[in-house]
Amino acid sequence: MNFLQHDVPLSWYLLLSAALFSLGVVGFLIKRNLITVFMSIELMLNAVNLSFVTFAYQWNEVKGQIFVFFVMMVAAAEAAVGLAIIIAVYRARSTLSVDRIDLMKL
Amino acid sequence: MNESLHLWLIPLLPFVGFLLNGLIGSRLPKRIVSSIGLLAPLASFLMVVNAAAATMITAAKSCAQCGPAVSVTLPYTETLAHPWLNIGNLHVDFSLVLDQLSLVMLLVVTGVGFLIHVYSVGYMADEDGYARFFSYLNLFMFFMTVLVLAGNVLFMFLGWEGVGLVSYLLVGFYFSKTSAADAGKKAFVVNRIGDFGFLIGIFLLLANFGTLTFTEIAARFRPSNTMNVFFENGAIVLNHATNSLPSVGVITVTCLCLLLGAAGKSAQLPLYVWLPDAMEGPTPVSALIHAATMVTAGVYMICRLHVLFDHAPFALAIVAIVGTATALFAATIGLVQTDIKRVLAYSTISQLGYMFLACGVAAYSAAIFHLVTHAFFKALLFLSAGAVIHAMGGEQDMRKMGGLRKKLPVTFASMTAGVLAICGIAPFAGFFSKDAILYAAFLRGPGGKLLWFVGLVTALLTALYMFRLWYLTFWGEPRTENRSEAAHRHSTPLSMLVPLVILALLSLCGGWIGIDHFAAFLSPSVGAPSTASAGNDALELLLSVLAVAVALIGWFIAYQLYLRKPERPAQIAAAHPGAYKLLANKYYGDEIYGAIVVKPLFAFSKYALGGVELLLSGVAWLLAGTASLAGMILQRWQSGNLRSYAAWLAAGAAAILLFVLILHGKQADPAQFLHGTQIFGMGR
Repeated sequence: MNFLQHDVPLSWYLLLSAALFSLGVVGFLIKRNLITVFMSIELMLNAVNLSFVTFAYQWNEVKGQIFVFFVMMVAAAEAAVGLAIIIAVYRARSTLSVDRIDLMKL
Repeated sequence: MNESLHLWLIPLLPFVGFLLNGLIGSRLPKRIVSSIGLLAPLASFLMVVNAAAATMITAAKSCAQCGPAVSVTLPYTETLAHPWLNIGNLHVDFSLVLDQLSLVMLLVVTGVGFLIHVYSVGYMADEDGYARFFSYLNLFMFFMTVLVLAGNVLFMFLGWEGVGLVSYLLVGFYFSKTSAADAGKKAFVVNRIGDFGFLIGIFLLLANFGTLTFTEIAARFRPSNTMNVFFENGAIVLNHATNSLPSVGVITVTCLCLLLGAAGKSAQLPLYVWLPDAMEGPTPVSALIHAATMVTAGVYMICRLHVLFDHAPFALAIVAIVGTATALFAATIGLVQTDIKRVLAYSTISQLGYMFLACGVAAYSAAIFHLVTHAFFKALLFLSAGAVIHAMGGEQDMRKMGGLRKKLPVTFASMTAGVLAICGIAPFAGFFSKDAILYAAFLRGPGGKLLWFVGLVTALLTALYMFRLWYLTFWGEPRTENRSEAAHRHSTPLSMLVPLVILALLSLCGGWIGIDHFAAFLSPSVGAPSTASAGNDALELLLSVLAVAVALIGWFIAYQLYLRKPERPAQIAAAHPGAYKLLANKYYGDEIYGAIVVKPLFAFSKYALGGVELLLSGVAWLLAGTASLAGMILQRWQSGNLRSYAAWLAAGAAAILLFVLILHGKQADPAQFLHGTQIFGMGR
């Protein structure tokens, strides 16, 4: 615990979190492949997790850490469902480019 | 014991009749429609009689054990608990006031109105829109009784506008006929001009008196008690009055505005033009609305607000001049009309002119007296004319009638009674009331003598044109061949004959009550006649004899011209082509109004319409353009592209973040960013 307090300032964790989140946003926006987009979402979720943990440490609160577990759990479920959908989409359309998947119906 | 008279039922019952017949009447059998249409005004009439009886009981209240009758003292007021308007100082109630004036008027309106309803059952039997006709008639009774009973000017105006509306509906009853529809519109538009004046008058009353209630307005004048003094010596009361009242100038302007309204409703110069055209309506309508009741509303209004006119001598003089001029003017036009109903219409205008003359010389009770007798004999004349027209199968041109007295004996008798009454032949009703008016005018100074003289000339003309009508219609030889067949085809039903007989009796005897009794009865409402003491019996007798003599001369001339030598009128007309044309074309009144008012207005409206259309289409184009442009821009948002949605989402989130940071950043020290307590509201 000490090294957190003394060697690495808290702001660095937040900056890292922000950087990861921004990377996720940018990836979400510019990537066309559905799997990459999906990975970018995961990246954003984990960036948020990081800032949750940081704040939880700062305030000595356990709530933030509990929140992180919830997020991880939801993300795991989402990954299962999301990947299944991606496979289904690929089977139906033979493509994973988000620009070409713009119709709800087949 | 001051129980309620339920005055509110008097207007409401006909209104119920209107609703029933108007909404479901077309699906009911004729018999039920007639019953509804007749019962409603009959019930109103009985309510009025009940009210009258109640007041009479009060008058003789020495009879203490007469039974549990309701007794009231006049004026008797009923006010709805819920106020109509309550804005600042303005407080207007739905209040109904029964006093001597409204009682007399109500008896005429509901009594004559009911008789005309009965007549209509026979007259309209074969017409389309039977239920519609009766629902309109009942609606008229509703508005007319509201007008009469109203306790303040605004409520009166409600009834005033309402009867105008019904007049429009009934003049245009045969709406598929262009001339009828046009006449309805004309009546409505011309009345609108008068109503404009009335409204301005109401505003002036409100601004200067702060109240619209009749009794409160009258109360403002009470300190300056003696009206008689005022007539002889205006300046004294004038100075006396200025401390609490608006100036005479203001009152005069108010009165002139009200006069404009009255002139519109009562078809006086210069707004008389609508009434002759209103004869396009069915004849019972002409009798009820355009002879007996609605057109007298102007006279009633002046009498109702007589305190104002009493304090505006100039306005009063204008009333007298307008009335006299109209009486003469309309009588001259009536001389040459060939349509039987139009003769009667001009005669109505002329008689209304007499009433205005009476108002103008402050003989209000004489005006109301003439109103009552006129309602009897003019309703009778119209209904008789209606019976003639009915028998002739719709023919209204007198030149095609003639010799009808054998075919239509009852109609002939009733028409004779009406003609004698309107011409002022003693002892018929018109004699007493017209005599009272002329006498009052004669006593009113040198100007009054002139008014009296013109009134006398008008009486001569009245006798002339009425007996002309009588001779042309009933005497001589039939002037069309198929008339006898028509008469057979349309025998006059009993429902038409009974009202004729009753009205004929009223025209005979209606005047016997005498102006003195009548004036004494009305005096609490309209003030004692100012001239009562000024004249003497010998003078009055002389004037009466003169008036009757003049009427007989008129009769004699008509007899010479239209029975003895039927070719003479045409010769006279040929000898004076200019005068004849002027009269036959009604002094070109319609043409003058057409050139001065209608055409310029029409041209202006055309241009105005162009401008308005340009404006409207411009605005519409602008609005539509803005909307479609916005749509074109905004539709790019909804691209269906997932990543663009995400980009907008991110941009929005970033914007909110930025906003919050800027908002809160001012207070937060950047150095405390991490330890700060303010970021995103977290903390503490």
